Amino acid sequence: MSEYIKVPTMAEMMASGEVPEVLFWVGCSGSFDDRAKKITKAIVKILHRAGVKYAVLGAEESCTGDPAKRAGNEFLFQMQAMQNIMVLNGYGVKRIVTGCPHCFNIMKNEYPELGGNYEVLHHTQFINELIKDGKLQITDGKSFKGKRITFHDPCYLGRANDVYEAPREALQTLDAELVEMRRCKSKGLCCGAGGAQMFKEAEPGNKEVNVERTEDALETKANVIATGCPFCNTMMTDGVKNFEKEGSVEVKDIAELIAEAGDLL
Amino acid sequence: MIAQILFLILLGVSAFFFARRIGEIRRNIKLGRDIDRSDNSSERWKTMFMVAIGQSKMVKRPIAGILHILVYVGFILINIEVLEIIIDGLFGTHRVFATLGAGAIYDFLIGCFEILAFLVLVACVIFLVRRNVINIKRFHSKEMTKWPKSDANIILVTEVLLMFALLSMNATDAILQERAATMMASGQEVSETLSHYIEAGSFPVSAWLVPLYDGMSVDALMTTERFMWWFHIIGILGFLVYVPYSKHFHIFLAFPNTYYSKLLPKGELPNMEAVTNEVKLMLDPNADPFAAPAPDPDAAPIKFGAKDVQDLTWKQLFDSYTCTECGRCTSVCPANQTGKLLSPRKIMMDTRDRLDEVGKGLENGAPKDDGKSLLRDYISEEELWACTTCNACVEACPVNIDPVSIIIDLRRHLIMEESKSPESITAMFNNVENNGAPWAFPAADRGKWIEELNS
Repeated sequence: MSEYIKVPTMAEMMASGEVPEVLFWVGCSGSFDDRAKKITKAIVKILHRAGVKYAVLGAEESCTGDPAKRAGNEFLFQMQAMQNIMVLNGYGVKRIVTGCPHCFNIMKNEYPELGGNYEVLHHTQFINELIKDGKLQITDGKSFKGKRITFHDPCYLGRANDVYEAPREALQTLDAELVEMRRCKSKGLCCGAGGAQMFKEAEPGNKEVNVERTEDALETKANVIATGCPFCNTMMTDGVKNFEKEGSVEVKDIAELIAEAGDLL
Repeated sequence: MIAQILFLILLGVSAFFFARRIGEIRRNIKLGRDIDRSDNSSERWKTMFMVAIGQSKMVKRPIAGILHILVYVGFILINIEVLEIIIDGLFGTHRVFATLGAGAIYDFLIGCFEILAFLVLVACVIFLVRRNVINIKRFHSKEMTKWPKSDANIILVTEVLLMFALLSMNATDAILQERAATMMASGQEVSETLSHYIEAGSFPVSAWLVPLYDGMSVDALMTTERFMWWFHIIGILGFLVYVPYSKHFHIFLAFPNTYYSKLLPKGELPNMEAVTNEVKLMLDPNADPFAAPAPDPDAAPIKFGAKDVQDLTWKQLFDSYTCTECGRCTSVCPANQTGKLLSPRKIMMDTRDRLDEVGKGLENGAPKDDGKSLLRDYISEEELWACTTCNACVEACPVNIDPVSIIIDLRRHLIMEESKSPESITAMFNNVENNGAPWAFPAADRGKWIEELNS
C-alpha cells in the first residue's frame, strides 16, 4: 500500500496558521540510522492512518542531550536542552510524542526545570491511546495468529518511568501470543546501550550485554522480539545475529508490528 | 549489689562507645553537600512504611526475604525482653515484668519470644549456610573477601550464640522454678537466691533444652542461668558497639534512608543549577560578558561533579553507611553479569570506606588533603564507564540506595573538570555539539527520511 504521505513540519504548519495536536519528536536515531528510520516511517504511517494532526521539527530538531548528560557532560546537555526548548516554546508545543524512550525520559523529566513544560508520551503509549480510542484499526493487514511475541522493556521507559503496560496492551491487539522473558518489567535486563554505551566500545568483560539479553529472549521461543527503543532494536538485532537466528527470529519495534497488522507498510 | 554496679558500668561504657561512633558517622555524613529532602513528608513516611518497615522490596526474593523478616521481627520484639533484662540488671530484680501482674500475658509474651528466638536462630543458621556452603554468586564477589566476609559471619554467629544463650537461660530458669516450687510444696527451706526463681513465663522452645541441664545441681543451674544471662546481655551490648562499625548498621539507618529516598522517577537525573546559570548567560544574546559581577574571592570555587566524598551529597553518603552489602544490586547489574569490573555494591562500599578514611583523617588533625580521592584511589574510570544507567541496581536495593547517582557525579567530574573521557565519547560530544546528533551526520540531513517515505 503506498499512499502518498505528506509529513508536515512545524514551520509549515505555522506558516499556514495551523496548530498540530502533537509534535512527533523523531530523535537522532530515528532520523539518521537506517534501521531506526523504518520505525520512524511506521510511526508516521500510524499517525497518518489514525488521522492525527501532527508535525515534525525536521532540520530544527536537535539531540535532546541525553547521551551527553548520562556521560557526565551537563554543559552540553543543557545547551542542547535550552536550544530545543526555545524552538519548542517558540512553536507553542503542548504535546510531544517521541520515538525513543531516552528522548521521552529526558523531555518529560528533565526539560521542565529548564523551562520546557510539555505532555510527553512515548510512541507506544500514544499508539495504545489511538487504539483504545478507536482511532486506529489494524485488522486488515498481516495476521500474527499463532506467533509468539516477547517484549523487551527499554530501561528508560520501564524502570525509569514505570511504563510497563502501554506497550503490552498495544501488542495484545495483535492476536499473537505474548510471552514474557524470565527477566521482564521492573526486573528487565538492559540491552547494553543506555548511559551513552551506544557510542563506545564496552569495557572488558566476558560477554556482551546484548548477547546476555538475547539469550533471555530466545529462551521464550518467540518468533518476534518486540522493542520500543531504537537502541534496544540495534542491540537485540545484533544479539540475534550473534546466535545466527536472524532467519527465524525478527526484531521489530511495536510501531512496526502495529503498522504491519494494519497493512500500512 | 556488685552485680548491679558492674551492670551499670557495662551499660554506660557501651552506650558511650555507641554514641561516640554515631557522632563520628553523623559528622562524616555532614561532610557531604546539601540536598533538600525535607519535602513531601507524607510520601516519605509512606515509602519508609512500605520499604523499611514493611520490607516490600526484601520479599521480591522470597527465600532471603522471608528469612530476613523472621530475624527482623525477632530482633524488634525480643527487645521487650532485653528491656526487662536491663531493668533486672539495674535494680537487681528477676523477671520484673512477671511481677507486674497479668501472669498470663507474661507467659504468652515469653512464649512468643521463645518461638521468635528459635526462628531467628534457624534463619541465621540458614544464612550462614547460604553464605559459606551454598555457592550463591553475590556472596563471593571480589569485594566480598576479607573484612566484609568476616563481618557478615561474625554477626550471624553472634546472633546464633545470643539466641542459644537466651533459650538456655530460660531452660535453666524453668528447671529452677520447678525445683523451688517442689521444695516449697514439700515444706523444705528454699534459699533466698533460689526463691528469686518465681514461676513465670512459658517455655515452648527451651523446654527442649531442659534435658541438657536437668542433671545439674541447684547451684550449678543457678551459675549456668546467671552465666547465660550475662553472656546474653554482654553479647547484646557488644553488638550495640559493633554494629555502627559494621554493614549491620542498616538495622538503624534503613528507616531514615528510605524516608529520605529520591521520590522522582528513577530516570530523572536532576539538573545542575550551577551549569544552568552559565548556560543561560552563554545563550543570552543580550548578556554583557563584562557585566558579570566580580567573583567573590571568599566564595568556594564551583566544582562540577564529584572527585571525592565531600563532593557528594549527604544523602549519597547516608546511602553508603546504610548499605548492608547484600549484593542484590550487583547481581542484577548488566555490566557485572557480563564480567565487567563495575559492581554497584563496590561503589557504595568504596564510598563508605573512603568517607571513614576522610573522617579519621579529620580526627587525627591530618591535612584536609591527603592526596587521595574516591575517584581512582577507590573507584576506577573503567568501572564508571561500564555503567549503562539502567537503574536495575536502584530497583533491586531493598533500602532504596542509589549507586547510579554516584557514578554520574564521578563521570561529571571526569568530563567537566578533567575533560577526560574515552575517545569515542569525546567524538560523540563533538558530534552533538557540531551536528546536533551523536553521530557525524549533517543536521540538514535530518529530514531525509521524509523524502524516502514516499519513494
